[in-house]
Amino acid sequence: MDEFPLYLIPLLPLCGAAINLLFGRHLPRAAVAAIGCTAVAMAAVLAWKAFALLEHAGPSGVLTASFFEGDWIYATEASGPSLHIGAGLLFDRLSGVMVLVITTVGFLIHLYSTAYMEDDPGLARYFGYLNLFTGAMLILVLGDSLPVTFVGWEGVGLCSYLLIGFWFDKEQNAYAGRKAFIVNRIGDFGFLLGMFLLFSATSTLKYSELGAADSMGALQHAFLGKWSFAAIASLLLFVGATGKSAQLPLYVWLPDAMAGPTPVSALIHAATMVTAGVYMIARLHFIFAIDPFVLAVIASVGAATALFAATVGVTQKPIKKILAYSTVSQLGFMFIGVGVGATGAGVFHLVTHAFFKAGLFLGAGSIMHALAGEEDVTKMGGLARRMPITRWTFLVYCLAIAGIFPFSGFFSKDAILAGAFAFDADVPGFPHWLGFAIYAVGLCAAFLTAFYMFRAYWLVFGGKFRGDPHTFDHAHESPPAMTVPLVALAVGSALLGLLGIPEAMIAHANLFEEWLAPVLASGHAESPHLSAGLEWGLMLCASGVALGGIFLARSLYANGISPTADRIAEGLPRLYKIVFNKYHVDEIYDLLVIRPLRAVARFFWKVIDGLIIDLILVRGSALVVDLVGRGARFFQSGDVQRYVVGVIVGTGAIVGISANWTACNAAPFEVTVAGADVTVHARGMSPGQVARPKNQQLEYSFDFGDGTGEGKPQPSSVGKHHYDAKGKKTITVRVRDPRWDTRSKESRTVVIPGVPAEGRGGVR
Amino acid sequence: MTLLAIVTLLPLIGAIALLAIPAEEEGLHRGIGFAVALGTFFLSLLLVPGLTPAQWNSVVDWTWVGALGIHFKLGVDGISVFLVILTTFLMPIAMLSSWRSVQKKVREYMITLLILETGMIGAFVALDLFVFYVFWEVMLIPMYLLIGIWGGDRRIYASIKFVLYTMVGSLLMIVAILYLYVQHHEATQVWSFDYDELRRLVLSPREQLFCFLAFASAFCIKVPLFPFHTWLPDAHVEAPTAGSVILAGVLLKFGTYGLLRFAMPMFPSAVAMCAPYLTILAVIGIVYGSLVAWVQTDVKKLIAYSSVAHLGFVVLGLMAWNGRGVDGAMLTMLAHGISTGGLFLAIGVLYERRHTRRLDEFGGIAAVMPKFTAVFLIVTLASVGLPGLSGFPGEFLILLGSFDSWRTWGGMPHMFGFGSHPKIIASVAATGVILGAVYLLWMFQKVMFGPNNNPKNKQLPDLSAREIAVFVPIVIAAFWLGLYPATFLARIDPAVTQTLAQFRQKAADAPGKGYTPRMLARDSAPSATSATAIGAMDGDHGQPGHDHGSHR
Amino acid sequence: MIPVENFLILAAVLFAIGVLGVVLRRNALIVLMSIELMLNAANLTLLAYGRARHDATFQALAFLVVAVAAAEAAVGLAIVVGIFRNRHSTNLDELTLMKH
Repeated sequence: MDEFPLYLIPLLPLCGAAINLLFGRHLPRAAVAAIGCTAVAMAAVLAWKAFALLEHAGPSGVLTASFFEGDWIYATEASGPSLHIGAGLLFDRLSGVMVLVITTVGFLIHLYSTAYMEDDPGLARYFGYLNLFTGAMLILVLGDSLPVTFVGWEGVGLCSYLLIGFWFDKEQNAYAGRKAFIVNRIGDFGFLLGMFLLFSATSTLKYSELGAADSMGALQHAFLGKWSFAAIASLLLFVGATGKSAQLPLYVWLPDAMAGPTPVSALIHAATMVTAGVYMIARLHFIFAIDPFVLAVIASVGAATALFAATVGVTQKPIKKILAYSTVSQLGFMFIGVGVGATGAGVFHLVTHAFFKAGLFLGAGSIMHALAGEEDVTKMGGLARRMPITRWTFLVYCLAIAGIFPFSGFFSKDAILAGAFAFDADVPGFPHWLGFAIYAVGLCAAFLTAFYMFRAYWLVFGGKFRGDPHTFDHAHESPPAMTVPLVALAVGSALLGLLGIPEAMIAHANLFEEWLAPVLASGHAESPHLSAGLEWGLMLCASGVALGGIFLARSLYANGISPTADRIAEGLPRLYKIVFNKYHVDEIYDLLVIRPLRAVARFFWKVIDGLIIDLILVRGSALVVDLVGRGARFFQSGDVQRYVVGVIVGTGAIVGISANWTACNAAPFEVTVAGADVTVHARGMSPGQVARPKNQQLEYSFDFGDGTGEGKPQPSSVGKHHYDAKGKKTITVRVRDPRWDTRSKESRTVVIPGVPAEGRGGVR
Repeated sequence: MTLLAIVTLLPLIGAIALLAIPAEEEGLHRGIGFAVALGTFFLSLLLVPGLTPAQWNSVVDWTWVGALGIHFKLGVDGISVFLVILTTFLMPIAMLSSWRSVQKKVREYMITLLILETGMIGAFVALDLFVFYVFWEVMLIPMYLLIGIWGGDRRIYASIKFVLYTMVGSLLMIVAILYLYVQHHEATQVWSFDYDELRRLVLSPREQLFCFLAFASAFCIKVPLFPFHTWLPDAHVEAPTAGSVILAGVLLKFGTYGLLRFAMPMFPSAVAMCAPYLTILAVIGIVYGSLVAWVQTDVKKLIAYSSVAHLGFVVLGLMAWNGRGVDGAMLTMLAHGISTGGLFLAIGVLYERRHTRRLDEFGGIAAVMPKFTAVFLIVTLASVGLPGLSGFPGEFLILLGSFDSWRTWGGMPHMFGFGSHPKIIASVAATGVILGAVYLLWMFQKVMFGPNNNPKNKQLPDLSAREIAVFVPIVIAAFWLGLYPATFLARIDPAVTQTLAQFRQKAADAPGKGYTPRMLARDSAPSATSATAIGAMDGDHGQPGHDHGSHR
Repeated sequence: MIPVENFLILAAVLFAIGVLGVVLRRNALIVLMSIELMLNAANLTLLAYGRARHDATFQALAFLVVAVAAAEAAVGLAIVVGIFRNRHSTNLDELTLMKH
């Protein structure tokens, strides 16, 4: 199966990007758009072909390929396993479905952009970035190891940065781009550490090898107290996922990211990039599933995000902000899915969401296109007749996201909620009713979803136009290049759900989940199984809630903003204000993180760098030298004759001292006494000296203190003597270094017993 | 075999040749100087094919001062070869970048740059510690002149600060070199400065510590490691563009190269003792440098502080002392040369047009200089460490290596309690990944994005053909290093593996008490030469390793 | 034969005179002459030893000293003349430029 050129799937868009970025400014605009679309279309064709091959290969078939032979990054270790990271690609059912979504939805959005961005002077740059993004996203999902995925992971972050700040001449756009990149980087920090920890435990980062039995065993070893490697690593990876997929607490960049062109919001910030976190968790579900605590954390974060973002979405006025918070909320649903072990459901929601949310954004773009860029839904209204295609497709998307039978959102959301309901793992640190709580929170979020989407729908299309009438006169349906993608996505949103009809309805296992099962199967997280009756009940309950949301929205907004809606807002001024201002999260981050950090940085710069190191230590030592120099100047009178006096005095001193200067000492010498015979070993060294220079020849003379006088100087350092009388004797050793004629002497007193003793006594 | 000598000395010969040309012929001076630098670059490329990474290649061994055992001995291995090429690569680029901006004393300027190049190449390839020291000092003076003559307003202060700072370290280093020289003589009765000889000298832990501190003081100042870094921002701000490029691109690498080549293999037990401290300093450097860079208003200062952070990563990788860490450190050294060199070139382009480096003077440049925006973005992202560009492979390997340094590295976790657990340290260091994006994108946004309000910025000309020629090689190198680092790793990795093996062997052979100077057995020295035979005094020590040295 | 000590004593006396001249006199010319005196005292020592030991090396050294002394005198006198032209004085007390 290795022959299929998988690497072309990401390379084609990258080539398109290279052409458009390098030469696009000199090409005709039509050519630019054509290159951009063709590159993605070709990638899509290849992707479908690969998909066909994959299906041919059976349930557990995979396609693999590599960008180049050999390793991308490697390092040899003398002890322990070496590091090898290839540039390999992996096309299995999970990455396959992602690739299909990316290329297909991506192509539709490229097509839409040709019309939407028609008049923008930066068209080549735009398509270049968009292609670059597609290529990076494909690398992300196709990578066969974490580092390769990380390349795409960072690449899409870069493109997101560039595209959010596409109209960079507005300060806040550039700021939003930077914010997105940096918040993503905070997540990437977790991703990196998680990756390192996995490598620590298993010495590999390849998905196929991570899943192998010995790696899985190593991952379950305790790392920190009772925490296993797998638990900590997957929590860290989850931090990465919260960054990329805009979950609490790192979701803050996504609403701001709406500063970019609307098709970008559709492609990057709804359909593909933001789902990377969900994909990554699904890809590594076998590691995440090792510790149920991690799953519980993921599900809880997902649930909290789903509800939190939905509440904010209710109050927002710019249509893209509503959709942005809706995206955050829906991503929360996906995390609930992967968190409660219903990984297939999470991925299923990812796919359906890609269609209806991309459609919603493109629809919003179509509306804004018609209204000269107006974003505020409170200044719209009555557009139903002016823009019929946009209106009907928008309605389909709204029904899909609200989860109305038989639109796709109904099935995917239901699968997730059912999974949550069935989640009954007893996780330490969490209450046993966690599954039900998540289910309840999800249901609330679903209610709010239905409400805010239909609020937007009716504010845009229902009632009368509330903005500048002049603008309304110019409102018109968008050109076919925009409406065709809208319709295509609407068809997808309506029908895709049929792939995942729950077992309760058709007495056949959920097709989508069954199809993904070979990839997502894991010993730990068996898909929860509910009785058919219970499942029917859950479905009815969810449908009821969604319908309730829709009817509430209808009653409040069907004919413009009803007084009741205003009264509610006025009745709860505090709450409304807090929610409207997005719970002031941005301000809190600014106050708690950014300002203190900048203050610390300033302190480092001004005080530690400027004052302590530079002024006190560096210039301080210079000052000391300066002062010493000033003192020494006193002697530098400039009078040569005084210098001469100094030279003479100094010379005299040196001669005087060196006359008695010893190059060596006799001490310590050793004396061995044997009766009346003594043997003296002189070493001719100073006390601290370890070894004498090899070529140093010394002369020794010995005075044994019994009146025989000093012996002749001899080169040998051993002196022998026979005493005639016993008693205390003073032995003196004199050493002379003939080269310098320097001398020294050393004396010691020993007791001579006088009689030959049996045992030899030694004195040192 | 003399290719290396030619590469090393060609710039010097060029400089001498320039002396023969009248000073008025500025165009000729520029042309010849550039041609010499370019020729050196192409010649240095010839070092790569056929390179055997784990031994000395194209060795030159000329007796210089025979009585003192000083040999003019040069050689490259996988560690130094790319640093040499980085030097020869950046030098023509630096010359080309200052084609317009330097109009004062052109002849002296070219001569200075060429002598600087010889000094730098020589220091990278010297295999004799005396020769190394000579080259080390040779490159100091031209840099001093570059800052002091062609620099900005506070150039005198900056240049003197630069010289004094570096001198302090290098004087301590020469003392240590002489100590090794004498000890080697004690042990073998042969006077030699030969690196392979001195490397085999076994010293007591105490001696090692003092010698290591002396060497490390020279290298840490050069790196610059926190808190010895304050010369760097001043020097960078005042230096002309070419000076900044060379300073950041090559000169700083001598600190880390010296640590890897000299300080660590020679004094393994001292490294074991000091590694935790150096690691902590490196991590402080990463976080501190990044934070301080973030609040700068002068673009050059910002990049100077970013160098402190990046080189902190390199030291961190070296101190991890495993294959990943050291390989990564080598890659990051190259990557930093490319990306930071590129950043300084980009700032030079702006400075040439606007004569200011203040962040708030800029804004919205992207609208008027699209080509410049593209290259500036690429070098910025390379510096951020985006995968696919030069910064990533090195940073990744370093963090991965330091994350696991306890595996191959005893003693560290107990130094400062749990807080110095390698995983904690590496995690703190990894925040540099976030902070790097923070300050570099902050800079990029301030300069390039936003409304173009300043009337002085409305008519800036985009890159000229010459400037594009400056940036294209940088961009290519940035992508190459990021997309296919295997080209470099294939040479670096075997050399590093061998160095590590030698280090381990020597560390295992640490002497006990009551030792006398002696030599390790001649085993895996990466020596291809026939250095004077020196019998090891204690032949029973230092068994040859079995996992390396197979090339002999 | 005159013992070598006599030569040495003479040389020491000459040297001492030279030293005193260098230290005490204010006129640069006389200081130079005193330096010559010291050099010649050294020469005398060399020759005395050479004679005592019958070694020609000492004489060769003495010639070397004479040559160096001549060179030194030439340079020294040139400097003194230069200073005199500039400052119209050869008084050493006024020549303290090295201080600054």
